[in-house]
Amino acid sequence: MTFRRLLPALALVVLACGGSGATVLLNGAGATFPNIIYQKWITDYNTANPGVELNYQSIGSGGGIQQFTDGTVDFGASDAPMSDEEVAKVDGNVLHIPMVLGAVVPTYNLPEVTETIRFTPEALAGIYLGEITRWNDVRLRSANPGVTLPDREIVVAHRSDGSGTTYIFTQYLSTVSPDWQAKVGTGKAVNWPVGIGGRGNEGVSATVQQTPGAIGYVELGYAMINKMPVGAVRNMDGNFVTPDLSTVADAAAGAAAALGPDTDFRISLINAPGERTYPIASFTWLLVHRDYGDAEARAKALVEFIWWSLTQGQASAEALGYAPLPRSVMPLIEAHLKQVTAGGGAVWAGPKAD
Amino acid sequence: MRGTTGAGRGDVAFRLILTGLAALVPLIFLGLVTQLAWSAWPSIRAFGFRFLVSGTWDPVAGEFGAGPMIFGTLYSSLIALVLAVPLAVGVAIFLTEFAPQWIRRPVGTLVELLAAIPSVVYGLWGVFVLIPLLRAYVVPPLQAVLGWTPLFSGTFFGNSMLAAGIILAIMILPYISSVSREVLAAVPSSQREAALALGATRWEAVWSAVLPYARPGLVGAVVLGLGRALGETMAVVMVIGNRHELSASLVEPGYTMAAVIANEFNEAAGLQRAALFEIGLVLFAVTLAVNAFARLLVWRVARDSAVGSTAL
Repeated sequence: MTFRRLLPALALVVLACGGSGATVLLNGAGATFPNIIYQKWITDYNTANPGVELNYQSIGSGGGIQQFTDGTVDFGASDAPMSDEEVAKVDGNVLHIPMVLGAVVPTYNLPEVTETIRFTPEALAGIYLGEITRWNDVRLRSANPGVTLPDREIVVAHRSDGSGTTYIFTQYLSTVSPDWQAKVGTGKAVNWPVGIGGRGNEGVSATVQQTPGAIGYVELGYAMINKMPVGAVRNMDGNFVTPDLSTVADAAAGAAAALGPDTDFRISLINAPGERTYPIASFTWLLVHRDYGDAEARAKALVEFIWWSLTQGQASAEALGYAPLPRSVMPLIEAHLKQVTAGGGAVWAGPKAD
Repeated sequence: MRGTTGAGRGDVAFRLILTGLAALVPLIFLGLVTQLAWSAWPSIRAFGFRFLVSGTWDPVAGEFGAGPMIFGTLYSSLIALVLAVPLAVGVAIFLTEFAPQWIRRPVGTLVELLAAIPSVVYGLWGVFVLIPLLRAYVVPPLQAVLGWTPLFSGTFFGNSMLAAGIILAIMILPYISSVSREVLAAVPSSQREAALALGATRWEAVWSAVLPYARPGLVGAVVLGLGRALGETMAVVMVIGNRHELSASLVEPGYTMAAVIANEFNEAAGLQRAALFEIGLVLFAVTLAVNAFARLLVWRVARDSAVGSTAL
């Protein structure tokens, strides 16, 4: 009886919610790496625009591409761009929108050494190929003059789970080492020649922290937040660069300078040119449809959210350990977002003059 | 109640519901196997029997073999049994036969509490407590004495088959010990009294009168623990080293079937996904085979004695 009496009241509540202006609900899924900043943007954006609700699930880049392709989400997210084959599966109905920058950094555990260790590309590839097995190998010593490297066995740690981090790192090793390219290749999970696997950034970092002589690779943001020792890596200009938000942003700026207006942003930031660029960096992308059929309101809300994240939202990126995009790519992204159509016309005319 | 006819109809309905529920279980089982086999089909077709023996796992080249994982699953569970069974049965015998009354309850509860700890917590404990202990105090002396045997050869980095086996042993300990305790407690006291009356010491009474009587139940307890060890995922992922390599050495890293599924499923697509489904299918088959074998064992043992076999 009480329930029956409650029903009209419930109906009123539902009506009231629906009546306060149509709420747009957008669903997205994908990469775990940018999850923290996406959730922050979503919360902040919803506070400013209560009419738009977003729901992002960090199920992994592969799952994000899958769900985006199946059409079960409004937008996807990935740390690796969709392959030509994957783009063909959605009939080219996809735009890659870079959101923030990620970088992969070498971290190590050498109790004897207080200086930052410098890695040449050859040394990193040699270590992960299992050809360099001791810390006092001449290929490490020659890059670190003045540092006394101990006669310790190198314990290699890598990710055991499939991840965008591994994709970026192996893409780098494939770029700098023909040997790696031939024997192992690039992938979210690969057939590691040596080493022990840890699950997630936390698994790799636990292995490194617990094992004297260990080396591993983690996301820059994770290393920063946990204050882990990170190595400097030699870039294309021959400088050893310590990874931080500015040297990673330089990588995007260096690569962006070469982008034409017809780019689809599916570019690699590996070994980007520039004196101060950190060489193991990458965009992380939102995957957006070029055409949303008749879902005009949703498409418009999504594009506005993306533009807000890339402008006002970028301020919160640095605090959370993500490198913001360089200003130079913004006009290109703006042109990209203007291409999104629904209901037969563009859904967004560009940023409001405010 | 409206009378006997209503109650009769109620009985029919009740029976139908129960029959339906009972039929649901084999249906779920069949559905599970079919779905697994269906999803694994591309991998089964591509690799055939080679999948079970090959040691290559190369997602880039699209070449998959589960040999090291099948081996690792069985090997880590075996290590766990070797370590846990004497301890668990020992605890159970102590608690039912020798311990003073006031100690039985608290110790028994403590042992059972081990089962309430989430496996990720065991994993954390393994990474931050067990592995450093092994590295500092256990493995170096073991390797100094036994380093020449295949069991302890190789370099010890911490994450290893040994660490996984020890963690699993601790995790299955409460299952084996609490079932063993129930089984031993169910042995009629006439068994003990008869042995004691014949002049046996307490130890002899346990060894010759109680344990043989309880044997089928004890085997059942071990099988329960084994089933748990075969499927354990998270704690193993964290300490085993996740390396696709077949090695008999306890100190080297390895991999298990459950671990590779947990690790790679998220980002897997195409053939890799199918290969992971096939691993799921193999794990399922291995678990079934182990259970079937154990049941046979229990039946054979149970022919001699009667108690406890119904517990399975």
